[in-house]
Amino acid sequence: MNKITTDICIVGAGPVGLFAVFEAGLLKMRCHVVDALPAVGGQLSEIYPKKPIYDIPGFPEILAGDLIKNLEQQIAPFHPTFTLGERVEDLEKQDDGSFIVRTVDGTEIACKVVVIAGGLGSFEPRKPAIESLDKYERKGVEYMVRDPEAFHNKRVVIAGGGDSALDWTIYLAGLCKELTLVHRGTTFRGAPESAAKVLSMAEEDQIKLILKSNVTEVHGEDNLEAVTVMVDNAEPYRIEVDNFIPLFGLVPKLGPIENWGLELDKSAIVVDTEDYSTSIKGVYAIGDMNTYPGKLKLILCGFHEAALMAQSAYNIIYPDKKFVLKYTTVNGIQELQQ
Amino acid sequence: MKDAITIFVEQANGERIELEAPLDMNLSVMEVLKAHEFPIQAVCGGMAICATCHVEVLENHGDLPEMNDDEAYMLETLPHATGSSRLSCQLRVNPDLDGLVVRIMPEA
Repeated sequence: MNKITTDICIVGAGPVGLFAVFEAGLLKMRCHVVDALPAVGGQLSEIYPKKPIYDIPGFPEILAGDLIKNLEQQIAPFHPTFTLGERVEDLEKQDDGSFIVRTVDGTEIACKVVVIAGGLGSFEPRKPAIESLDKYERKGVEYMVRDPEAFHNKRVVIAGGGDSALDWTIYLAGLCKELTLVHRGTTFRGAPESAAKVLSMAEEDQIKLILKSNVTEVHGEDNLEAVTVMVDNAEPYRIEVDNFIPLFGLVPKLGPIENWGLELDKSAIVVDTEDYSTSIKGVYAIGDMNTYPGKLKLILCGFHEAALMAQSAYNIIYPDKKFVLKYTTVNGIQELQQ
Repeated sequence: MKDAITIFVEQANGERIELEAPLDMNLSVMEVLKAHEFPIQAVCGGMAICATCHVEVLENHGDLPEMNDDEAYMLETLPHATGSSRLSCQLRVNPDLDGLVVRIMPEA
């Protein structure tokens, strides 16, 4: 198991999380950054790297992807370490006031301060509103295909009409005993070649395609045994299945942070604007994931929040030292040792 | 020329709440709904990528803005979307939307 010790654990490698490394570094505090995505940059890298941003001070126009590259360069002297592609799961407060942050893959980060810069949240599968669906999760209902072999020789129903539904239908068709794709519409807007492939597979009876339809019920004693499909408001009917895979895309969610015991308001973390501290001492929240009167979800506001957070965190990490504001124009950048 | 239009939000009990939407601020219906503190998350801020501002259009008197590919794709992947579903972030407030009636859809 991977264990890391650092001063500050930053949750979220978006622009605000990265800039927090800079502000912390100026004050000689080391940072470890965790992100569920496999690369740094958060939504700027993942969703709109080629979109120009016009409200970063000093940059009349900068591409989102370039802003991230610049931030990486800016924080390089402070040698941050990263755990990427792992979502944070637990926060455990130790008796001495420090924390252990655990990821879903078991990585443990021991730190004195936690800074949540989670932005939109982590992207989680969108779950259809079907009664008792959660009862069968991992007991036949899967929201993503982790290991295709798990569906070998199984009777599977996939629901959805996007790229992932099409791609997995094509991939799993050869593995499953029976594969049915249930789609609400009559056309597919995913990649045209995938859509054409699925239609031809249906014609050749390699899969069963049910259009204008929805899965409306799930059944089973302990494990999933059958689903009910309703076609265009006609009489619903049952299909006996081993697995049901609803693939309706991803939606950003606060995720496990919701259960960390922080004061929340409408899925945002309530902070004190004096230093962006949360209701747990030593835990801060900056950027899009926090809320306070007058909050604006802007990158530039997140940068400001990072600066104020850092001076407050300094008092926790160096309780015996007095914080003195130092200007980079006077002091330059003092590289941290690796 | 009017400087605002009226939009209605239908509640579960059928009651319609009237909202004034100014025409001179380049707002989307999502932004109007948020400004009136309706419970929509609109986490992505209006880029048609999260579908947390999903509404069903119950009545419209003028033409709605045409759906772009991003919005259409997003709606197609939503399990509970209907033929009248729209992402309210893609409905730019304009005189054609005067009298629009929407219902806020649950997240999934």
